[in-house]
Amino acid sequence: MMTSAAVRGGLRIALHGVVQGVGFRPFVYRTAVSCGLTGDVRNTSGHVEIHAFGSEPALAAFLDRLAREAPAEARIDRVETSPLDAAPPAGFGVRTSSDVDGGGRESPPDLATCDACLRELFDPLDRRYRYPFINCTDCGPRATIVADLPYDRSRTTMSGFPMCPACAAEYRDPADRRFHAEPIACPACGPRLCWRTVGGGPIAYGEDALAEAVAIVDTGGVIAVKGIGGYQIVCDAQNEAAVARVRAGKCRPRKPLAVMVPDVDDAARLGFLGATEVTLLTGTARPIVLVWRWANAPLADGVAPALPEVGVFLPYSPLHHLLLRELGRPLVVTSGNRGGEPIAIDPDTARAVLGPLTDGILDHDRPVLSRYDDSVARVVAGAPRLLRRARGYAPASLALPAPAPEPVLAVGAHLKHTAALAVGDRAVLGPHTGDLESAETFAAFEQVVTRLGRLWAVRPRIAAHDPHPGYLSTQYATARFPRGERVPVQHHHAHVVATAAEHGVREPFLGIAYDGLGYGDDGTLWGGEILLATYTGFRRVGRFGRAPLPGGAAAVRHPARMALGYLYGAEDLGGQAIPDALAAGLLGRLDAREVDVVRRMVRRGLNAPLVSSAGRLFDAVASLLGVADDAGYEGEAAILLEAAAAGHETVDALRWRLVHRDGLWVYDPAPTIVDALERAAGEPVGMVAARFHAALAEVTVAFAESVQCPTRTVCLGGGVFQNRRLAEAVLAGLRAAGFDAYLGERVPVNDGGISYGQAAVAAARLAGKG
Amino acid sequence: LGHGSGGQLMAELLGKVITPGLVAPGPAEDAAVVPFEGGGQAVLSTDGFVVTPRFFPGGDIGSLAVHGTVNDLAMRGAAPVALCLAYVLEEGLPIEELARITASVAAAAVAVGVPVVCGDTKVVGRGAADGLYVTTTGLGVLLPGATVSAARGRPGDVVLLSGPIGLHGTAILSAREDLGFEAEIASDSQPLHRLVARMIAAGGSGVHALRDPTRGGLASALNELAAASGIAIEISEPALPVPQPVAAACELLGLDPLHVANEGCLVALVAPEAADAVLAAMRAGPEGAGARQIGTVAADPAGRVTARTLVGSTRIVDMLVGEQLPRIC
Ligand SMILES: [Fe+3]
Ligand SMILES: [Mg+2]
Ligand SMILES: [Zn+2]
Ligand SMILES: [Zn+2]
Repeated sequence: MMTSAAVRGGLRIALHGVVQGVGFRPFVYRTAVSCGLTGDVRNTSGHVEIHAFGSEPALAAFLDRLAREAPAEARIDRVETSPLDAAPPAGFGVRTSSDVDGGGRESPPDLATCDACLRELFDPLDRRYRYPFINCTDCGPRATIVADLPYDRSRTTMSGFPMCPACAAEYRDPADRRFHAEPIACPACGPRLCWRTVGGGPIAYGEDALAEAVAIVDTGGVIAVKGIGGYQIVCDAQNEAAVARVRAGKCRPRKPLAVMVPDVDDAARLGFLGATEVTLLTGTARPIVLVWRWANAPLADGVAPALPEVGVFLPYSPLHHLLLRELGRPLVVTSGNRGGEPIAIDPDTARAVLGPLTDGILDHDRPVLSRYDDSVARVVAGAPRLLRRARGYAPASLALPAPAPEPVLAVGAHLKHTAALAVGDRAVLGPHTGDLESAETFAAFEQVVTRLGRLWAVRPRIAAHDPHPGYLSTQYATARFPRGERVPVQHHHAHVVATAAEHGVREPFLGIAYDGLGYGDDGTLWGGEILLATYTGFRRVGRFGRAPLPGGAAAVRHPARMALGYLYGAEDLGGQAIPDALAAGLLGRLDAREVDVVRRMVRRGLNAPLVSSAGRLFDAVASLLGVADDAGYEGEAAILLEAAAAGHETVDALRWRLVHRDGLWVYDPAPTIVDALERAAGEPVGMVAARFHAALAEVTVAFAESVQCPTRTVCLGGGVFQNRRLAEAVLAGLRAAGFDAYLGERVPVNDGGISYGQAAVAAARLAGKG
Repeated sequence: LGHGSGGQLMAELLGKVITPGLVAPGPAEDAAVVPFEGGGQAVLSTDGFVVTPRFFPGGDIGSLAVHGTVNDLAMRGAAPVALCLAYVLEEGLPIEELARITASVAAAAVAVGVPVVCGDTKVVGRGAADGLYVTTTGLGVLLPGATVSAARGRPGDVVLLSGPIGLHGTAILSAREDLGFEAEIASDSQPLHRLVARMIAAGGSGVHALRDPTRGGLASALNELAAASGIAIEISEPALPVPQPVAAACELLGLDPLHVANEGCLVALVAPEAADAVLAAMRAGPEGAGARQIGTVAADPAGRVTARTLVGSTRIVDMLVGEQLPRIC
């Protein structure tokens, strides 16, 4: 990375990577001055450019210190140096931005309030004491307020707040922590809080507004709060009635709610924190972290009903710090939206949608330009894994295995939707926007596409998309891009490539994709797939046994239907059939007519497409074991099955069988189901659930060992691997068998990672053509 | 396989393969207005009928063939004048069945008040056809004051629906697959020309567009209107008249009632100032007794159909894509 330059006099240094919005220029200034150099530093579009003049050793020391002492949030990908033939200026200056080229551009993610700002926030002598918008070059909003690059106050939503003399002085002082802190503000010149009641306008400002909000939450009310990436709904997490009201308002009966606690000790009172969890919780991205909760965790039951885990996070904006300091207890802090809609970011939507659900809105006048939900992470096999990549992570770019010869827009899948942009050797994975079912989410998706294109100053001519004709993202691509400029990328190929690309894995590799459903190459639905893959293509070498999906999406909403699908229509792979008598429990719980209709649907192939899916097998087993017959949210039955297995650590696997059919290795789930049902007669359900997980882990390793494969590298992808128990067992099993196994970390393994996988495949295919 | 369900694949088949070689350009309509010398305007429509089973609760292939063609004429604002009928018969079809279907055609034509003026019958060998196919061609005349076209929907229009949805498709499915809903669900197959005559009389040129949501259901009909008119349509999900047995059957079968075929209702885009009068006229007869407003028309985004749900969010209403493939991962 470093180029040692034998230069006398002047040097032009270009630094590429995450170098804007992370306090980089002040750092360069301080370093240059302490090395005795003159010259200047400026942000250009996408990189930082330094003109430095001094002795050769001083310049060398400077370059060295730039690399070693860079701010924690910075990431230097590339340093270019060239001699500079100019007269050295007096002193070292910091120039404002100039838009000189359209090369690689990095937009920084939002950063949680830093310790220095936090000390000032609660220092009665500081001029920003209790000021909810305090920030500096090390912290504060970034991606959510930037309209365009280079990152400069005039291109953020702070442009409407002229700096007061005190702020302006700090902003201009290269030695100050707030030197060119673009969102710099203080009570004299910056945004201010206001409190709105449901119907009316603001009725209180500043401290009074905060006091109103605090009083309402304190007495069991529900409020909306304008956060960093959009509005949130907040209530006391120990107040059962308040939690129930949040659920009713959001039309979210069972899906767990996130809890914000004042500090890491409070988090440790809710659940088990390992070192990695602590690092995640306290890092600058501040995601929601799923942790094992203590049985006696002081939380209302309604927060995460029936689950052994709870999502916790720490305050990440000054406003959150103030709220948590005042209330001193766990708060439910959940995205401000109604079921199925994206998080509200503008005041009108907030008032219209959130007003009726709450007792008031703690609002302010710094606009949120881009929507960023809170990110969600879980530690699996010792590493943090993002389940939802949004605030604090997006839109930092990720590497691509093959550079895109021209910009590519990857439009993603359908649920947990993201879009991505491939530019050169980087891909920008946009923030999670939700399920592409509603017009509001679709509009949010279009906004993300527009904003990513603007930030990177590109207009992609090529679109990568899922081949599923019913996805709204596919329809978006086909409506806007002519056939020759579209790159269809099979769903599960995108899943495993996402994992491979993130880890820079060399091709070919074995891809194992376990998810609910995706459109297969043969027009059937896939979801338990073993692919021998490169970045450009794949060959299917294994799959799960098929079963009908009676009623299509209805079978996904009702895992009991899926259980009937396996019972009456599991693919005959030469093993044993599942006797009806074993499923007496399920059949007894269901309406006889429903059972009869489903059986006819299966027999006649009526709206019962065949699927080879790992996720649907989880659903079916969950229902057959009596754990869940209906899914209140995506994946609920599988989540409850994993939850049921908790506490049963080492168990023998259920029976399983791998057969060779038509050139593919096929897992026959029938013996596993039969074994599960037989054991369930005498064993606790949790024990059987644990054995089921063990069986799937063994099957997965057996797949890897059975298929003809020129590589020992295995990349796992698909939403089923969000299951910690399964993922850890599979990783351990594969590693024990001598495979290098990878699972997504910064890229979600669920459909939120599909767009990145599509971008990587499209880039590789285009590069191969060129 | 997917092309038969009347959704997006069918639209592609028509757009790419069939219409380019045959039909004058313009929005896809159920029937064509054909001007002829002397200033008259005839309306012409033809439709082939293949349905399994041929007899179902609420009708049979014979009455369906009459109603379908009469309704296609009506959707263009025409009163039916005469019908032609053509059979393709598979060798071995019981004569009694042919007689029964023909009697049904005759009865339906009498009820509509339109004569079957000519016909044709062909017999093909065993296996070359599935029992019996019917093609009906209808001739009509434009109702005075009628200016309806799929392309005439305008922002501000109201969306009216004449009656319950989902009956025909679920009745056929239940009968074909022996699902046991026959007792509760019968096809809505019926002629709509009198309903349309009342609507035009009441609303004149304020009746902008009419469509009978047959194959592909209401969702496809609305998408076709939105595309042809370049408008956005928003309907209210709670306002949709889905009979309880249909809702229950759809839930069991995993079908969206918006995608299920109808043969006896229509959807209309009507100028707001004419809406009250048209709605009253619809309700004045039995076919429109349950008529109601189900939505509104806006300018943007052109071509988009959305449904406001019970909880207040808006769902994008798609045309049926082949078989209904779940989009859930
Ligand atoms: Fe998936
Ligand atoms: Mg027709
Ligand atoms: Zn700070
Ligand atoms: Zn100030």
